[in-house]
Amino acid sequence: MIATVFSPGVVVLVGAVFLACTVEMVEALTIVLAVGHTRGWRSALEGVGAALIALAALVAGFGPALVHVPLNWLRLVVGGVLLIFGMQWLRKAILRSCGLKAKHDEDEIYRKKVAELKAVDAAVGRDRVAFVVAFKGVFLEGLEVVIIVLTLGTSAHRLSLAIVVAAIAVVIVSTAGVVVARQLSRVPENAMKTSVGVLLVTYGTFWVGEGLKVTWPGNDVMLVVFVLLYAVVTWLLILFMRRVHPNVNTVAP
Amino acid sequence: MESKPSLPVRLLKGFAMFWWDFLVGDTPELFVAVVFTIGVVALLSLDGHFNAAAAIALPALAVLALTLSLWRASRAARK
Repeated sequence: MIATVFSPGVVVLVGAVFLACTVEMVEALTIVLAVGHTRGWRSALEGVGAALIALAALVAGFGPALVHVPLNWLRLVVGGVLLIFGMQWLRKAILRSCGLKAKHDEDEIYRKKVAELKAVDAAVGRDRVAFVVAFKGVFLEGLEVVIIVLTLGTSAHRLSLAIVVAAIAVVIVSTAGVVVARQLSRVPENAMKTSVGVLLVTYGTFWVGEGLKVTWPGNDVMLVVFVLLYAVVTWLLILFMRRVHPNVNTVAP
Repeated sequence: MESKPSLPVRLLKGFAMFWWDFLVGDTPELFVAVVFTIGVVALLSLDGHFNAAAAIALPALAVLALTLSLWRASRAARK
């Protein structure tokens, strides 16, 4: 029982969903805080609620449907999507680590969003601008989380676990966001994005292999091997890129 | 005057655009590399004789794809 709960597959699944959800929710929360502080909380929270309902409907609609796809095909397609998605995240994180891409600065995003919102005339009663901006912020950031939850959850036959972990991450980030208010820039986003990238590429590799009937030595244990492999490769690529581009500002990987 | 496309057409177009942006976006090389990787591993694992080669080729090609994509970004940054 304990061995199943703490199997490499479950640990990697929980880690990937939790970190991805946390990173995306930090980005969404920055927008919601900017909307709430500038235009009032009522319409901002209505926008957040509507977006969460829309995201939950997507999970409820597509989740059960995906379970009926033959497992090998599901794992091959999901593995391919996760490989692409994971490498995109890793690429961005590595470029940010060596200064070739601007760091995701939540303070700066907050300031810009506040300035944009202040430029629009205040509404009487329900604020349509606040609703739409909060809805879009949460829905668009949440969409990536939904894709990660659906793909990882259904392929591992642990959709419920993936949903629960994502919900826990949303609650933790929301609570922390309210407590620390506008100090979201202190969240080590790039390090978290690097970790999510490593985990997504790990699962992508594993499931493309499974989908193509490759027999992995040690089965699930290969997930741990892939995590270590991709973490080391990422670290080496960051060192190499910093050496090639020494005159740019660097941020923590 | 051009007529506006119908709602199903717009929804379909939006759906296709979402997946295009999501999977291809500004890193088409990663999309091509993953398709190529799947093709190579599918050929290697076709009748089960080259399982070890497939198991090595898959992560190796993923690492190569990431390295090439970073090299492309690095070259673009120098220009």
